[in-house]
Amino acid sequence: MGKTIAEKIFDSHLVDNPSGDINVIRLDAVFCHEITTPVAINDLVARGKDRVFDPDKIKVVIDHVTPAKDSKTAMQGKILREWAKRNNIRDFFDIGRNGVCHAIFPEKGFVRPGYTLIMGDSHTCTHGAFGAFAAGVGTTDLEVGILKGVCAFHYPLTIKINISGQISEGVYAKDVILSIIGRLGVNGSTNKVIEFTGSVVNAMSMEARMTLCNMAVEAGATCGICKPDMTTVEYLWEFIKDEYATKEAALESFVKFSPDHDAIYDDVIEHDVSRLEPQVTFGYKPDHVKPVRDMEGIKVDQVYIGSCTNGRIEDLRVAADVLNGEKISDFVRGILSPATPKVYNQALEEGILKTFMDAGFCVTNPTCGACLGMSNGVLAEGEICASTTNRNFNGRMGKGGMVHLMSPATAAATAITGYITNSRLYKRQEMQGGAK
Amino acid sequence: MTNFSGKVLFLDRSDINTDEIIPAKYLTEISKKALKPYLLEDIKLEGFAPHKDIKGKSIIVTRANFGCGSSREHAPWALEANGINLVIAESFARIFKQNMFNCGMPAVELPVETIDHLFLNFAGKETLIETDFEKNLFIIKADKLKEEIPFSISDFDRALILAGGWVEYADLKY
Repeated sequence: MGKTIAEKIFDSHLVDNPSGDINVIRLDAVFCHEITTPVAINDLVARGKDRVFDPDKIKVVIDHVTPAKDSKTAMQGKILREWAKRNNIRDFFDIGRNGVCHAIFPEKGFVRPGYTLIMGDSHTCTHGAFGAFAAGVGTTDLEVGILKGVCAFHYPLTIKINISGQISEGVYAKDVILSIIGRLGVNGSTNKVIEFTGSVVNAMSMEARMTLCNMAVEAGATCGICKPDMTTVEYLWEFIKDEYATKEAALESFVKFSPDHDAIYDDVIEHDVSRLEPQVTFGYKPDHVKPVRDMEGIKVDQVYIGSCTNGRIEDLRVAADVLNGEKISDFVRGILSPATPKVYNQALEEGILKTFMDAGFCVTNPTCGACLGMSNGVLAEGEICASTTNRNFNGRMGKGGMVHLMSPATAAATAITGYITNSRLYKRQEMQGGAK
Repeated sequence: MTNFSGKVLFLDRSDINTDEIIPAKYLTEISKKALKPYLLEDIKLEGFAPHKDIKGKSIIVTRANFGCGSSREHAPWALEANGINLVIAESFARIFKQNMFNCGMPAVELPVETIDHLFLNFAGKETLIETDFEKNLFIIKADKLKEEIPFSISDFDRALILAGGWVEYADLKY
């Protein structure tokens, strides 16, 4: 009987089957940040279990509130720093070298096809873009991961989403995943893995695949997974070139984690994106999705470009291309947060930061801050934000604030006009010399 | 082991997310107790007054996909800090459900018809639930009403509750 990607990974990592379909699996990596880990550390210390299963498999970053904004966040950083030091954890990314976890860890080559990894962060599903099983967990699961290098999951059921068709200009991975969440609903794939496949996914860069997998959890999924291919090998090559003679050899090793032709899926969904338009959310749930066309004219107070969903170099390039010498609206606060120092540097070298700054954007350091209303761009009551992030929950970016999720292109066009705007339409008007 | 019995708080909405259960701005707290005053502070639910309605309650009965969104275990901790240690729902988001059992607190799913029935007959009344873990039975009482509703949880989830959570279970076993 054929297997899905997730089944192959589970079967190669099984430690125990304590009951029913519960599989305790061995972990290849445990990722940590300063919001959910300090509580785990304190609990481990209180239990007299201040140990780690393997310091080289634990990767740590301070990303949610950085630089620290007050004594409490400073203490979270301090607990994490001291713990990493006393447990000999070498991969620790502190201020100046830190970035949004789900952007920086792939960039450092910490994720490989066939890996299993957890983090105390729901968007850990992002790393499935590499053909890995990556799942967000709570603090107790994180504690056990740190201590024993194992985690318990239900044996994965997989939904296959075959994304096909010709994607239109001005439509991006963000629009694709918003349309999928709109279709599945916020609990449409709870306790399941989504395997993203098809010609559109095959043609996507790793950055775009990460955007896709990042929001799998917004449809309830444990993980989003893309099968590893030459694009995966190319992205990882600088980290694996000593392990494989050629890229082809690496690919040959990675394709063990491709799904079998006769794999059994819980559901198979055909998702044709040929007629897909840019998408935007309208309510307080990520499945409240509409075409931008239906939402045009809604005035915004803030535009935020960044996050683990859309703060990578490709996203910044797309947004800068739309800004293209324009100024943002007088009544809009534009905030750009490049997701990592590498992205920041690239954007600097490519002149992208200048484009943003000339347009009137504030460029912040890499941080999760505003996305969850913790720092660097919290909304006031009644304010509206056009955002490239992943959650539009009530109060997410600040109590009483409204968040409209969209692609970096749509966000940039919206920043210029001050109203939710289709980037394609904006470009067309510009070409015709029309009004903005 | 707690007896998982007490007064019921009915939350008549689906997709209540963990940002609503405990907003992100309180995630800088490093003790569970500190979360107590903020439980369900930002929830969008007509007629619900957090401080008044939460007081004295030990059990939540709610609809589908409870606990979706952020993985924060602060959500079950905020419940625990308020004396709520059992949630009964039509369904849960995966991470929230796992977090509950990992903390040694049950998150129990009942069929949609049963949840509808509970809201129809018990919501708005002072309702008590007693949990019988031997017989896998909820005994639900309000005014003169008294009903018994069976439930099931997996052997693994039961083992976690008996062990006092996943850390002790795993450290012993793996």
